[in-house]
Amino acid sequence: MQGNIACAEGALAAGCSFFGGYPITPSTEVAEHMARILPKKGGTFIQMEDELASISSIIGASWAGARSMTATSGPGFSLMMENIGYAVMTETPIVIVNIQRGGPSTGQPTMGAQGDMMQCRFGSHGDYSTIALVPSTVQEMFDLTAKAFNLADRFRCPVFLMSDEIIGHMREKVTIPEEVDIIRRRPLKEGKLPFEPEDDMIPGFPEFGKGYRVHVTGLTHDERGYPEATNCELHSELVTRLVNKIESKRHEIADYDIINPQAEIVFITYGPPGRAVRQLMHDYSDLEIGHLNLRIVWPFPEKVLKEFPNASKFIVPELNMGQMAREIQRHTSIEVESLPKIGGEMHTPDELFRAMGGDS
Amino acid sequence: MKSVEDWYRHDRMPHIFCTGCGNGTVINCTLEAVMQMGWDIDNTIFISGIGCSSRSPGYITTDSLHTTHGRALAFATGVKLAKPEFDVVVFTGDGDLSAIGGNHFIHACRRNINMTVICMNNMIYGMTGGQGSPCTPAGAISTTTPYGATEPVFDLARLAEASGANYSARWTAYHVKELTKAIKVGMEIPGFSFIEAMTQCPTSYGRRNKLRTTTSMLEYMRDNAVLLNKAKRMEAEGRELSPGRFTVGEFVKRFRPALGVVKDEE
Ligand SMILES: Cc1ncc(C[n+]2csc(CCOP(=O)(O)OP(=O)(O)O)c2C)c(N)n1
Ligand code: SF4
Ligand SMILES: [Mg+2]
Repeated sequence: MQGNIACAEGALAAGCSFFGGYPITPSTEVAEHMARILPKKGGTFIQMEDELASISSIIGASWAGARSMTATSGPGFSLMMENIGYAVMTETPIVIVNIQRGGPSTGQPTMGAQGDMMQCRFGSHGDYSTIALVPSTVQEMFDLTAKAFNLADRFRCPVFLMSDEIIGHMREKVTIPEEVDIIRRRPLKEGKLPFEPEDDMIPGFPEFGKGYRVHVTGLTHDERGYPEATNCELHSELVTRLVNKIESKRHEIADYDIINPQAEIVFITYGPPGRAVRQLMHDYSDLEIGHLNLRIVWPFPEKVLKEFPNASKFIVPELNMGQMAREIQRHTSIEVESLPKIGGEMHTPDELFRAMGGDS
Repeated sequence: MKSVEDWYRHDRMPHIFCTGCGNGTVINCTLEAVMQMGWDIDNTIFISGIGCSSRSPGYITTDSLHTTHGRALAFATGVKLAKPEFDVVVFTGDGDLSAIGGNHFIHACRRNINMTVICMNNMIYGMTGGQGSPCTPAGAISTTTPYGATEPVFDLARLAEASGANYSARWTAYHVKELTKAIKVGMEIPGFSFIEAMTQCPTSYGRRNKLRTTTSMLEYMRDNAVLLNKAKRMEAEGRELSPGRFTVGEFVKRFRPALGVVKDEE
């Protein structure tokens, strides 16, 4: 199965019933598959007039109670930035798939990249936090897309599946489970105000049409949802909660694989470079090579770096110019070596071997 | 529901609109039409973009979505298609709808999606203090057209008609009865219904254009509104509308296939 199809299938398995999108290489197969399947399942597929509209439509659909998603790539992702902030501020669960390609601008439409990792974290204006999942296999495309919906519903925020052309267009065997875990958003409890958080800092969801009579606004608002845009304390409390409801759970939701924790040289990857590391370990099975492969990159679970007690160096191969290497460096005193690669090709195992100081 | 008052969100008063603003009149006309339709408060969704006009849903006690500048129709498309049984009304401004949101406007009309859209056209960017909009008439002074606007205006009602909407009408905050009726007809018709309500903005428009008082602005709308039939007669006689005058009436009413129509409505 192709990666992009596995992504769409993961969404369908998770009960996604609304897709709003706009065609863009290399993500289009996700939309095309949804266009084929969703109407047959009683869901809605709509091709909007642009990506500003795509993300708007899925936020609207989410308030009407649907699990909703869109899929795009660089240029479209850039157009979505304003409403990503709107979804953050209004605590709207949505899933945004970014099948990354080479940028900036139109760049390399058919080549894989991981250049939007910081954009998905910081691209909209203001302070906020988000959740980003990164698959390194076609199976993970399925699994992580399904998981993204549960995280979006639980944390009431936009959740990103930050894949890329390489995995999106890769064909691999996928095992589709009988059913996937579906944990839907918690409804607003009786007696609670529409934006009154529960103990976990997350308010119950006052879905439209259920009699809550909720007013939703991107302006700074109180627990009733009413705008109060010049109240300094309220703004500070609200935005701090929006960040902390996610950041305080970063170790609980962390999702990664650790291999050879006793190693001195440790590769840290997310997405396609993890494949090159696995190949390297296979080719040089006599070497002790440590590997941390992250499936959730944001929020960054920095404690995991402590799982490598003998590490003398973290090597971070990425299909960008060192975006996550910088994030990793700020959490550790161990040397971090960035191994950037742009242009559209994956790292070869030999390149990784040389970065270890090997002579090939 | 007995009175329009029941639809207001009283704990949000006082509202932010300036004294003499026309937005309140248009909200009243809309809620009057909603009442005549017998719609259920818990099944009616008000959606808006950004601007003074777009603050309206916040004062109505239904579920409501105050979105981002220009995008109200795209949000509304998601709400409506995810749950077609909802009665969806969009409030928007001339800038929100026709400048930043122009693309969504023509495409929502083309899809002929079943909702009612009310544009409070005050010929200006009210909320940001009076900059020129695509509807600022030739010669009018705004903070960004200090020597008088020079660009031609958009005829929103005609744009809706040409783009495929099933219903399009234009009235003003002076023509309360006609406006209310047009909104109600729009709500009855399946498909995209567009009602342009010319409204007075004494603060950001009137003040700079020798229409300082609310009354002078209402008189301006009364005196410059030309009934469509009369305009057609004038056209036949080869006479043109002088600049600043505009047509009012029903531009189109048709029953083309529409999106988001619940089966038993058809
Ligand atoms: C993306 C974006 N650009 C600009 C603004 C600033 N802005 C707020 S309201 C507005 C104009 C509103 O004009 P209109 O839609 O005519 O509404 P009115 O206030 O006149 O009712 C602008 C430009 C914004 N909020 N968002
Ligand atoms: S600025 Fe104009 S449109 Fe805005 S509230 Fe005041 S009068 Fe109304
Ligand atoms: Mg205006």
